[in-house]
Amino acid sequence: MANSDINVKYVAELARLELPAEQFAAIEKDLSSIVDYIAELNEVDVTGVEPTAHAAALSNVWREDEAVESGLRDAMLANAPDLVNGCLVKVSKVLPGEESN
Amino acid sequence: MAELNKKTVHALAEGLASGSWSAVEIAQDCLDAVKNGDEKVHAFLKVDAEQILAEARESDARRAKGAARSEYDGIPVGIKDNIAVRNATVSCASKLLENVVSPYDATAVANLRAKGFIPFGRLNMDEFAMGSSCENSAFGKTANPRDITRVPGGSSGGSAAAVAADFVPVTLGSDTGGSIRQPAAFCGVVGLKPTYGRVSRYGLVAFASSLDQIGPLSKDVIDSGIILDAISGKDAKDSTCLPLEPSAAAAAALEGAQGRSLAGLTFGMPKEYFSGTLAPGVAKALDGAIEQIKAMGGKIVEVSLPHTKYAVAVYYIIATAEASANLARFDAVRYGKRIDGADLIDTYFKSRGAGFGSEVIRRILLGTYVLSSGYYDAYYLKAQKVRTLIRKDFTEAYKQCDLLLTPVTPAPAFKFGEKSDPLQMYLSDIFTIALNLAGQCGISVPAGMDDATGMPVGIQFLGPELAENRLLKAAAAFEAVRG
Repeated sequence: MANSDINVKYVAELARLELPAEQFAAIEKDLSSIVDYIAELNEVDVTGVEPTAHAAALSNVWREDEAVESGLRDAMLANAPDLVNGCLVKVSKVLPGEESN
Repeated sequence: MAELNKKTVHALAEGLASGSWSAVEIAQDCLDAVKNGDEKVHAFLKVDAEQILAEARESDARRAKGAARSEYDGIPVGIKDNIAVRNATVSCASKLLENVVSPYDATAVANLRAKGFIPFGRLNMDEFAMGSSCENSAFGKTANPRDITRVPGGSSGGSAAAVAADFVPVTLGSDTGGSIRQPAAFCGVVGLKPTYGRVSRYGLVAFASSLDQIGPLSKDVIDSGIILDAISGKDAKDSTCLPLEPSAAAAAALEGAQGRSLAGLTFGMPKEYFSGTLAPGVAKALDGAIEQIKAMGGKIVEVSLPHTKYAVAVYYIIATAEASANLARFDAVRYGKRIDGADLIDTYFKSRGAGFGSEVIRRILLGTYVLSSGYYDAYYLKAQKVRTLIRKDFTEAYKQCDLLLTPVTPAPAFKFGEKSDPLQMYLSDIFTIALNLAGQCGISVPAGMDDATGMPVGIQFLGPELAENRLLKAAAAFEAVRG
């Protein structure tokens, strides 16, 4: 099964990755060979088999709903690339036409 | 010179107890070893000597007052760069996170500190733990200390190299598809992947959440047991961490090392693992292991894991799908290297496109593709179902044996640049990844040298869920007799 249908530009958009256009062909070649390989799963009969999402045999893990102090606010903010008033993370405009700042 | 950096954790603990040496002397010998040897190996991305010596002085002061946190108080542990240590960078060997400083300790690290262990440096790795050779680090390769023209394995390549080069007695790595066991085999050290949920993943930067597990790399099996006992146990901060007390695997390993017997144990050899081509050196090491196990009273039987041939495909669907979701959080808004664009979404595109390396981008794209509309059922859901069949294979096999005996890798450590095709690189993970899909435990132990390359060869013992005591007891007995 050939997988010429991998549209690298489209998948990169979904993944929010800006890639140089000249790399598309090489990436597509790599991905196609991997996808051809994983397509071998088509031959396995999985009728009636439940999917495994997780290895741990745990479900409905609860804890008490108690507020706790993380005490990490300043250290977390110290990693931000850009701050306003020392306490708000600054980003570029979110919506078109919006005032920045 | 006592060369304390060359000693095991348990030997260092004895000397600390008897007053033969201090925590500061241990730290200094390790720092000297790094200074003298790491220019060639490049196991560490960073080592904060002042911080380590300060913590060693505090440890000595505690011990002098009779207030040592455990017999291991003052022993350094190298930490892989995807495991958070408070006030240290946690870059995952990625340009995107190069200057990010962790505000907190991972639970595994906090547990080490509770016993007095001292976090020592940031160990190199494949970016975001994606790779089998350490060639995918954004900050330069790590070399195999046994032959610096060869890879140390990956993704915990720095963790394995640091132990093999005697920079530190023991390190933490993480294993998503073999990332502890494969570099351990390539570098000739011991590497343990615990049962999924044995060790909290809080503070481990997520790659594939249903597969990731933190574990030790060490000079011997007892040391791996000591570290597992220290880092394991329930954690309210990780809901997938099993509600169990810490393990008691070191005592089991010690018993194995002293008893030197495998009587009463049956080892299954999965026939599918021996159908492909094994390098002569790997085959020879396995033959030697089989003879030794028999001589020690163990029984060898052939078992079958019929879905083995699909494990690589299942793994690279599930792991990349989970990775594409986990790495979506790296948007350079609250932390990370931001490249400003015209608007917020453009900032995401630019920062992520420039910040991630080529292997990480390849896996995010593959994971995004298999989860995308129209392909989810064919790839991701199908892979989850075949994962169920792979787990069942192991359940069936353990009806006939106590542990499995397998190769770790098809061949010993390869040379830099030797494997440039991504698929060929993925296929070399065939013997390690099924264990992560099953969520069970396994250990790689040295089993000889390859005549052709002069490189070490590892063998792997695998066990069912929570069978670490049985696993480490057998591995320690094997190691003690092999010498």
